[in-house]
Amino acid sequence: MSHARRVLLSEWTKIRTVRATVWTLASALVVTVALGMLISALLNNGFDDLSREERLTFDPTFISFAGTSLGQLAMIAFGILVVSNEYGTGMIRASLAAVPVRGELLAAKLAVATALALAVGMVTSFAAFLLGQLMLGDHRTDLGQPGVLRAVLGTGLYMGLIALFAMGLTWVLRSALLSFGVQIPFFFMISNILANVPATEKVGDYLPDQAGSRVMAVIDDGGWPYGPWVGLLIMLAWVAAAVAAGWFVLRRRDA
Amino acid sequence: MIELAGLTKRYGLKTAVRELTCVIRPGQVTGFLGPNGAGKSTTMRMILGLDHPTAGRALVEGRPYARLTDPLTVVGALLEARAVHPGRTAFHHLLCLAQSNGIPRRRVGQVLDLVGLGEVGAKRPKGFSLGMGQRLGIASALLGDPRILIFDEPVNGLDPEGIHWVRNLLRRLAAEGRTVFVSSHLMSEMALTADHLIVIGQGQLLADTSMAGFIEENARSYTRVSSPDRERLLDALNSAGLAATPASGPGADGALDLEGDQTVAVGELAAERRLVLHELCHHRASLEEAFMRLTRQAVEYQARDGAEDRRGAGSRQGWEG
Ligand SMILES: Nc1ncnc2c1ncn2[C@@H]1O[C@H](COP(=O)(O)OP(=O)(O)O)[C@@H](O)[C@H]1O
Ligand SMILES: [Mg+2]
Repeated sequence: MSHARRVLLSEWTKIRTVRATVWTLASALVVTVALGMLISALLNNGFDDLSREERLTFDPTFISFAGTSLGQLAMIAFGILVVSNEYGTGMIRASLAAVPVRGELLAAKLAVATALALAVGMVTSFAAFLLGQLMLGDHRTDLGQPGVLRAVLGTGLYMGLIALFAMGLTWVLRSALLSFGVQIPFFFMISNILANVPATEKVGDYLPDQAGSRVMAVIDDGGWPYGPWVGLLIMLAWVAAAVAAGWFVLRRRDA
Repeated sequence: MIELAGLTKRYGLKTAVRELTCVIRPGQVTGFLGPNGAGKSTTMRMILGLDHPTAGRALVEGRPYARLTDPLTVVGALLEARAVHPGRTAFHHLLCLAQSNGIPRRRVGQVLDLVGLGEVGAKRPKGFSLGMGQRLGIASALLGDPRILIFDEPVNGLDPEGIHWVRNLLRRLAAEGRTVFVSSHLMSEMALTADHLIVIGQGQLLADTSMAGFIEENARSYTRVSSPDRERLLDALNSAGLAATPASGPGADGALDLEGDQTVAVGELAAERRLVLHELCHHRASLEEAFMRLTRQAVEYQARDGAEDRRGAGSRQGWEG
């Protein structure tokens, strides 16, 4: 077996043998799908109460992804745990003694964990869409409509990328407590506030989650200064920066 | 073989390891001795490439650790702090380490049996005692059947039986021709296991010597004698040409000490002069004492050094002001 494959296999074993990482991924799926179904059902029932304007810009695809606001937190938790599991426990010393070229360890861990997050993200996104449409009754859309497949695939990508972003940042912060304390409140509230308060809206729109979630919408209600792919690219730039920072810190610091 | 050349580590202003140069050879147990905070763990972390040296370098089989292919098959290490995720079973912990270095899966079960954890391989280390944690650490060190073993305070937390087991393991590994480098802050522990001794204090090399050489040089032996008639005893010893000095230390009041083993001479002299003796015995100063003497000198030297540095800085400031 080649050297790279050995390290990848080892990282895969690490992830699947700790319960918490497995649970966070499972809850990302369940929470996103269940919440999306709930909100879709509620809107279906209350559709007639919506204003005319709201009915015109009604985006059934976007609605079925409403659960990502919470589900992404579980994805972020997964990203944090995959990395912080090494630090809180001193495991990082055993890991680096086994794979002393630090970039190799980082690359293998990120590759395995991101692939897993992407796979779960894709399943989540398709399930959330299909079950959400089921709840929307007459107001549903389908994968054949323009822009819908792009939004569903994009949402799966978003879930994987947000986990990767969390991993990169956790290599910098090196502690579960710090990582959760910084990232969960930020993505749960602060980013939304920044993106919706007029004073900070212009900047807030370019935050990683705000830009990335543009891809989930099929109907452009004029609230975004960029299109879906540009939004995803902006998110990708954030992710690249987080991973680069993590790599820099891992290389420089003592373990 | 491990080679340290001018190895230095500073954490901010604190110098943890200072220009350490030595060679750790195969086929023997090399004890790495020093009081707590002497820099033993830091040195070992630098050998493993975990901490970056401020200066100098550490080579393993002639190469920096990071350049070894499948390092676990060359060097096995038990580190001071537990390096285990408490939620991953002992078996899986070892398995992920084994996989990264191409070590076959069956070896995991073998080392678990070897350290006596065969029964609890499927358990999470969360519930392990200190001793079991230590055994798991030793299992991970042995995983790759390495030529070089580095153990940082391996007997910490072990019961007497465990200590005995580790001692035998270290001796056996060295007898198989491996390089065994083991740290401890207890001289008594080293005296029983090590063939060679590297002593550090405050990060500096204090001694690099064979165990036998260290004992010969440092284990002073003396004869202690006491009598209710101390003045007559002193006269007798003086007239017989035996130099005696007043004993010091606890329980020494009134007793006299003579260099070396003089029990026969003193006993015969006392009988001849009809002197009553309350005590007559031969003592060997413990290696612990010798070790403490050695490290205390280093501490004093450093303290004096530091004071001079400060004074120097102070006068420079004064001069500039
Ligand atoms: N990561 C660190 N940051 C700052 N100081 C450290 C660090 N690691 C060790 N030290 C200091 O370096 C010195 C040597 O520590 P250590 O190598 O653990 O000694 P030993 O293992 O001999 O007890 C101590 O004074 C310790 O406080
Ligand atoms: Mg130590």
